[in-house]
Parts: sequence; C-alpha cells; structure tokens
Amino acid sequence: MDCVSTGGNVKVLAKAIHSLSRIGEELYLEPMEDGRYQAPPDQAFHCKMPIKSVQAVFRSLSSLERSVEKCRIQMNSEKSRLTITLHCKHGLLKTHNLSFQDCESLQAVFDKESRGNVLQAQPRLWVDTVLHFPPSLEEVCVSVSGERVWLKNHVEDDADPSRAMMTELCLSSEEFDHFAISSQNSITFCLKELRGLLTFAESSGLPVSMYFDDPGSPVVLSVSDSVLEANFVLATLSEDSHQHSHSNSKAERCKAQPPPDDFMSDDMDSYLIAMETSELAVPSYEPAPHPCSTNHRARLSSTRQEEEEEEEEELLDRPPSKKFCSLFFGSVLPASTQLTSQTTRSQEVLASDSEDEGEKE
Amino acid sequence: MKFRAKINDVGCLNHFTRVVNTITKLTKACVLRLTVNNVYFVLSGKVANGGVSMWCELLQVNFFDEYQLEGVSADSNEICLEVAPENLSRALKTAQNAKFVKIKLTKKHCPCLTLAAELPSLSSVSRVVTHDIPVDVIPRRLWHDFKEPSMPDFDVSIYLPPLKTMKSVVDRMKNLSNYLVVEANLSGEMNLKIETDLVSVTTHFKNLGNPPWADDASQGGGQSRPVEAMAHARVDIRKLQQFLNGQQVNPSKAMCNIVDQRIVHLILLQEDVSLQYFIPAVA
Repeated sequence: MDCVSTGGNVKVLAKAIHSLSRIGEELYLEPMEDGRYQAPPDQAFHCKMPIKSVQAVFRSLSSLERSVEKCRIQMNSEKSRLTITLHCKHGLLKTHNLSFQDCESLQAVFDKESRGNVLQAQPRLWVDTVLHFPPSLEEVCVSVSGERVWLKNHVEDDADPSRAMMTELCLSSEEFDHFAISSQNSITFCLKELRGLLTFAESSGLPVSMYFDDPGSPVVLSVSDSVLEANFVLATLSEDSHQHSHSNSKAERCKAQPPPDDFMSDDMDSYLIAMETSELAVPSYEPAPHPCSTNHRARLSSTRQEEEEEEEEELLDRPPSKKFCSLFFGSVLPASTQLTSQTTRSQEVLASDSEDEGEKE
Repeated sequence: MKFRAKINDVGCLNHFTRVVNTITKLTKACVLRLTVNNVYFVLSGKVANGGVSMWCELLQVNFFDEYQLEGVSADSNEICLEVAPENLSRALKTAQNAKFVKIKLTKKHCPCLTLAAELPSLSSVSRVVTHDIPVDVIPRRLWHDFKEPSMPDFDVSIYLPPLKTMKSVVDRMKNLSNYLVVEANLSGEMNLKIETDLVSVTTHFKNLGNPPWADDASQGGGQSRPVEAMAHARVDIRKLQQFLNGQQVNPSKAMCNIVDQRIVHLILLQEDVSLQYFIPAVA
C-alpha cells in the first residue's frame, strides 16, 4: 500500500486517529483497492499496531496544520513495517517507521439501513446534551417515543441507587434533522465512545446519525461525507437487565406530553411520618432486587459483509469482559477517472490533488 | 412537608450557583436548612471534619422568584436535609443559560431534591433537564446540631486583607508547614506565621482596620485590651487553605475574629448572603 494525503486532509486523518485513540488501544489498518473490498483473503492483508504509536506521529494538530504539506503512508508487508512520512515546509521530511503485527481481518456485521430507528442531528446538539452528564459517567440510556428523545444516566446495578444522582434530558423530535422511530424504545450504551465520535464530528461539522433497534442489538453511530465515512458500532445493554430499570418510568412518560407542573404528586408527608416514628434517621425504602447480570451482550455475527462501500481502517477493541465496542472508520473513494489510471497496488487514502503519486513500491 | 422554588432571573441563578460552588469546595456533605425567609448551608463541627464548622445564610427572597415551603409542622416550619453540595453544583452548572430553574422536594426511589431547568432549544419545544439529587431528611430531634452558631467571645476582630493575597501567601506556606498561626491585634495588624525546625516565615499585614464592635468594652471580659496585644491561634493550614480556595465571590466585608488559642472565626458578608467559617485551634 502506498498512499498520500495532502493539506487539510492530513488534519482530518489526525483527528480521526485521536478520536479512535479514545475508544481503544489498537489500530487495525486494512487498505483497499480502488475502494472496493477484495473478497479473497490471501490478496488483502491486515495489520494492527498500538494506536499510541500512530497517535504520536500526529500528536500536535496545530503544528500539523501549520507545517505539514503532505503525508505519505507506505506499508511494507515483508518487514511488517508501516512508514509514515510527513512532508513539511522548507523541505523538511519527518519519517516514522512503525512496526505492525499481521492479523486476521475483523469485521462486525451491521446493516445500519435496516435499523428501525434513526436519529440524526448536528454534532452541536449531541455535544450540548452530553454536557449535562459528568465526564465520569460510563453509560447513557437513550429512549425515544413518538415525539421525544430522552437521555439519562445509567446507574450500574451494583451501585447504591439511593446515592446516585439521576440526570435526565428531554429533547423534542423537532431538534433533530432526521427523526424516524418505528416504536418506543430505549437503549443503553457507552458514553465514552459517543464522546470520542463527537469530538471528531464537531471538528468536521458533519451531522451524526444514530441507528438502533431493540436493546441488546448494536447501535451504530455514523458520520459521513463525500470522502469519508465513520461508523461506530456499539453494544447495547440487553433486554432483561435493561427493562427492569426503565420500564416503569418509560411507561409513565410515554403517555403524555411534557409532564404538567405538578408538585402535588410528590408528597413527602407519608414519608415523613414513617421517618418520625422510626428509631434511626434512615430512608425507609428498600432497594429493588436486580436479578440480571451487568454484562453487556453484543449480537455481532462474524459473517462477511458484501457492501460496496468498505473500510480503510478498522478498529476492534478487545475489551474487558463487560464491554464490546467496535468502530469502523472508512474512506469512500470518489469514482474519478484519475483513479482508474493507478495500478492496482496504489491506494488513495483521501482525496488528493490531481498530481498523482506515480512512484510505486 | 413540601418545598418548591423557582429562579427566573439569570443573575440570581449565577449568584446562587457561585454560592453553591463555594460550599462545594468547603465540604463534601452538609445540611440544607430551609425556612420561610432563609436558606442555610450548615456544617456542624465534628471530629470527622477536623472540628471545622460552617454557617452560610442566604436571604431567599433575593434569589428565588417563587418560594413555597411547608415545614415539618406548623410550629417547626422548616425542613432540614442532608445533601452533597457537589450534586447541586453539577446540576446548576449546565443550567446557567436556562429560562428558569425549579427546585422541589420530591420522593423518587428516595427523598430527592429535584432540579428542573428549561433550556433554550433549536425548536419551539424547550429542552428540559432534570436532576434528581438524593437527600436525607433530618428528623426534628437532631435539629439542635444545626442551629445558628453564637458569636464567640473573641479577643480580637479585624478586617481581612484581600483574600487573593491571603490565598497566595497561605499556598506557599503550606509547602513548608502543616500548621499556621493567625494572629491579629486591635491596631489593624495581622500576621500569618509558620515555624519549623529549619525556617520560620511571617507575613505582616498592616492598616487592615478593626470592625466597630471590637471597640466594645464588654468584649474581653470588661477589661480594655491593649491595642498592640496580639491574639493568636494555631490552625491546620489546610483548613485555612480550603476556605480561601473556595471563594468565588468577592465579599463586601471580610472579617476575622480570633479567640486566643481557641478559634479562628472567618466571616464573609455580602448583600444577600453571609458565610461564617470556624477553624478550631490546635495545640
């Protein structure tokens, strides 16, 4: 593989790397030929490397913007080496040689178009809503009904529910660019990965789409434009452990419009009577039993997918037992004539200027 | 027992938020006392918090546009809750540009202070964010622990130097010693001293002025105190630093009362809110 990206695209690539670094520890690179996935596995090759080493090459976004004119990425499969050369101003060349490991191709099968529910909004909207939750919050629950979207923090089953602060944000469907809901639903997934995607999306100004089905089924967060497509596939909490926490409150909410301003329903008197007559000053509730495990179960099968638009890079996080996240960051190659003049061994990572790199390895 | 209040004004909201942020820096848990006229944040001096106590009093009418309280009973028309101020801070933080903020006492899975803010949105329907902050209701029989502290029988009362200056002095002294001596006299002089085996450092402040009540001859047991005589107290430097770190608001008056070798009593006064902080002396 030998590819070049120039100008502003280098910064986009760097931001993508930074965004991915917040998700997992390893970066998988899978080059494509002419933007199409080659079915026979022996022709393509795949590599993985620690993301921190790649991140180090693109560490400073501001200096990349200022001084890097061109970035060339070459893969040498015999020596298991990836060479990234940054062509900077004043003829300065910075060459980074990174070693990688060969590995199996890893793919998560997902078909986002078949998801029953789609939400799309400008990144600003997502960022503003996520702001209401503390940075330490691990998981967020997104619920939808006919006209509303709720985001609330998810409290782990084993945490003490009496001490946790519950935050819930309610948005109208009108705030979304696209709002297609097939049924009332509620999914819980990792907030950290969403934040990672949002930093990238916000800087690129691209709208973020969320495709999902029932709890347990993965949620796909996606940004795309003419030259790139990023898909973050996240596991969601499965049905049984999910329903218990959310079914009651969801049922009440979905009945009506924004809840009326009703203080009468929150009467403290009966509670107070119980308090005054008890020996100790402790709340008189009993925590409800939570019968389900806290493990997330992703339903991702491993059959190969046959889509036209494929990925340049994949990231699959080999997670601790609780979480499973996978992310695809792809580049959609424009079907332009200049590409057909390339030999099969050269790849374009992102749109380059019209002077093609004639040099081949 | 009912409580509900509403803040419509963005200035009041910001001010209230800053007060809560100050309390958050001073303690992890405190008692929130709600009465018809006032809102109090109280920390009673216990061994667990190093004997430090705090009393913060807000005049509710200067913050809330609506305020309704039904206390525990007709003759005890107030509510006492134990709360983690950090939760309040977090809830208020993202509501700074809200159209209004409502606070009410509710019962969810446990008693909660529910804060609901209506936020501007891109559509005709506002965004609503709701925070349920768990609280503990404090029964009446424990209320005596959270009464307003009486003014100590101080030996010297003096106005404090600018808090920022004090903070930078104390921050540097903390690197050298765990204990600091605060001393002051009725001539408007105050010293902050540390003393270790290797080094002693003193910072002198002059012309600070003494609050009028210090001239009252009935203080100090009827004998007028020599103006040059210093009253001093040795305190844990971290407690003083914590107090100085937390200050977000510039008070209109800042004073310090010292009971010789017993207590350093810090008072910050503003138009709508007052904060008192008691640091016990150590041997």
